[in-house]
Amino acid sequence: MNQKQQRALLDPVFKNNPIATQVLGICSALAVTTKLETSVVMSIAVIAVVALSNFSVSLVRNLIPSSIRIIVQLTIIASLVIVTDQILQAFVYDISKQLSVFVGLIITNCIVMGRAEAFAMQNPPLDSLLDGIGNGLGYSVILIVVGFFRELVGSGKLFGHQVLPLITDGGWYQPNGLFVLSPGAFFLIGGLIWWLRTWKPELQED
Amino acid sequence: MQQQSNAYIVGFAAVVCLACSIVVSSSAVALRPRQNQNKELDRQKQVLTVAGLITADQTVDAPEVKRLFDENIVARLVELETGAYVDSESAAGYDQRKATKDPALSRPAGPNSAGLRRLPKKAVVYERVTDGAVEMLILPIEGKGLWSTLYGFIALAPDTTTIEGITFYEHGETPGLGGEIDNPSWKALWPGRRAFDDRGETAIEVIKGHAGPPAEDPYKVDGLSGATLTGRGVSHLVRFWLSEDGFGPFLAQVRAAEGGV
Repeated sequence: MNQKQQRALLDPVFKNNPIATQVLGICSALAVTTKLETSVVMSIAVIAVVALSNFSVSLVRNLIPSSIRIIVQLTIIASLVIVTDQILQAFVYDISKQLSVFVGLIITNCIVMGRAEAFAMQNPPLDSLLDGIGNGLGYSVILIVVGFFRELVGSGKLFGHQVLPLITDGGWYQPNGLFVLSPGAFFLIGGLIWWLRTWKPELQED
Repeated sequence: MQQQSNAYIVGFAAVVCLACSIVVSSSAVALRPRQNQNKELDRQKQVLTVAGLITADQTVDAPEVKRLFDENIVARLVELETGAYVDSESAAGYDQRKATKDPALSRPAGPNSAGLRRLPKKAVVYERVTDGAVEMLILPIEGKGLWSTLYGFIALAPDTTTIEGITFYEHGETPGLGGEIDNPSWKALWPGRRAFDDRGETAIEVIKGHAGPPAEDPYKVDGLSGATLTGRGVSHLVRFWLSEDGFGPFLAQVRAAEGGV
């Protein structure tokens, strides 16, 4: 793996994270992170879609007429999303029910479209595939961190297992309902963005 | 980038569409049997949950669901208009959703508050049976919420009035708002409430705000905050299916049989 490919894969995870620095894909990050399990499945679905859409767009990048490139990218992305949705329904039906519309809404996730237009149209397939995986991972890191805290603080569970015994079940933990609702995710993501920019001051804009 | 001819652009678009449609449709066709199996399993699970045989957050594997279902639940077809059982036909192969769309197997619903256009002529009723005695009736219900049609089950005690449980297995309501009709703690508010008042009119209703415990406030269920319209939809559809247009005739026959014994 040469240096450019390494950067394509690893940069988006922290340095140029799509959620934390580009503030893309916030909608689904708020919606599916009430539980760790749905966060993980959503992450895998998004990684698969970004990677494959980058790869396929890059394969045909020299053939795509520039006047219809956006709609061609969208067609490819939409097809991949439908296939992903079908696979989830066939193999993890319960989770696909919980994710409901949000798998379909990967189509409108700005990360997917943004990477296809900004990276895959100019770079060879392998680099694009790695860039897709990298951006998917960057999205996943945030999703899983947010999902971890929301499930733990909001319902005292991790992956559906009770970690902190609830007062209602005779334990000591009073769950914080704010974290189950979307505003809780806003605070968490805001906090993450703050933390990331303190850690890497070069990310701060003037 | 060089300027391409219009013929090339159209040709390229056609090839992309063709390739994508082949991928999408072949995946849909290849995965359909598995998905249908999952849906069937999910329906059986929902029936078992509303019947109180499993709890919602319990993980039960497929053979166990099938065993519990076969041992405890009897599915029978009921003619909606007369309320009589149709035992000449097996309920196992009957698809009520498909029948509702088939003009030969359904009828126009007439104006109704549940937002239904057509009603099937026959409906599947699940009975929880222990040692030959019916302990619970589980009726399929459906109707419009805010955005989508809700599909679910309501479980009644053999007196046809006491609600034993309710569940919705398919809907497209807003997650976190109307979607909270899936929430086990909301569903837990239903058991013990009464569907009909003393005069035999459907009385159960989802209200705004809090209702009292079932013993004091038997006809009301707490509303969901942020989901007034979904709650209204639930009231309408539950009342519709328990009324004369829905399972009313069937429930009357059940009551008559109970009284006769």
